[in-house]
Amino acid sequence: MSNADVHILEYEGDDKGGASDEHSAKLGTYILGVGLAVLLTAASFWIAKTDLIYGPGIPVALATLAIAQMGIHLVFFLHLTTAPDNTNNVLALAFGLMVVCLVVFGSVWIMAHLNHNLMPMSHLMQMQR
Amino acid sequence: MSTAESTIAFSDPYRLGNRGPNLARGHGGGGPASKRVIVGYGFWLFLLSDIVIFACLFAAYAVLADAIADGPRARDIYDLKRVALETACLLASSFFCGLATIAVARRNQFLTQAALAATGLLGFAFLLLEASEFSGLYALGDGPTRSGFLTGFFTLVGCHGVHVTAGLLWLGTMMAQFFAKGFRPDIRRRFLCFSMFWHFLDIVWVAIFSLVYLVGTRL
Repeated sequence: MSNADVHILEYEGDDKGGASDEHSAKLGTYILGVGLAVLLTAASFWIAKTDLIYGPGIPVALATLAIAQMGIHLVFFLHLTTAPDNTNNVLALAFGLMVVCLVVFGSVWIMAHLNHNLMPMSHLMQMQR
Repeated sequence: MSTAESTIAFSDPYRLGNRGPNLARGHGGGGPASKRVIVGYGFWLFLLSDIVIFACLFAAYAVLADAIADGPRARDIYDLKRVALETACLLASSFFCGLATIAVARRNQFLTQAALAATGLLGFAFLLLEASEFSGLYALGDGPTRSGFLTGFFTLVGCHGVHVTAGLLWLGTMMAQFFAKGFRPDIRRRFLCFSMFWHFLDIVWVAIFSLVYLVGTRL
């Protein structure tokens, strides 16, 4: 095959390979994904109600289970892989996660400190009297 | 490229150092990526920007969660049975969307339409459950104006509901396009974007039911 054949603009290539390729979607993948998701969901709902686990640790456990389930969804439903043609997707996801972490943890951290440093509302009300 | 080399390249596209002409593999070799890969990547970038929006709403909710202004607390208004039902609806809906992807790959019109209809019905059931929750809160006077906590709650969960509503409209147009135009490559690329959107909504819901509802009942 010559190089001229390689450089076809707007190459369709719909039926060949690729992470987003529909032929990589198999019934078994989806069934396994749903099974794992159901398992993790059930675990989350059980943990939220149980008294068997140290109480303050429960939000951490729930967050961990949620992150695990999001990973399951990414791999089994969105077919995110480590294949070379998926490098761009994974890198974009990594950047997105960084922004998400900055926004969420940054907001919670800063606002908690502001609350801590401000005068409690009850004191403020007393001063206004 | 010799004949022997090209044969190897075609036989295993994931071979280390593959420079086969069929696919771009993200290493600069192999020519332009297929349209399907490019469209998927572009839509993936949109989804990530949407995730950033949801992260902002999550952050706002987390900051406002204690600002109940003598109104109801999280554990007073969350009904975990309904949340479990909503979760089941959305997960099953995502699964049927996956089945639709398989049906599209097999070019089976009937299975495609059936799977997409199931996807849509389950998504609609989810919306009905959420609407009943919201209207119940309104009836008790616990609307988004009641307290900072409820503002954050309605904004975050409502934004997800709006996304699901938009997804349902998109789903309807996808069914119509498959029916009227068949399995053309461009229609299949549109469906790829829709399926990514639908699975993404389920991922956001995982965060909502875990970090808003389940954690909320423990606070």
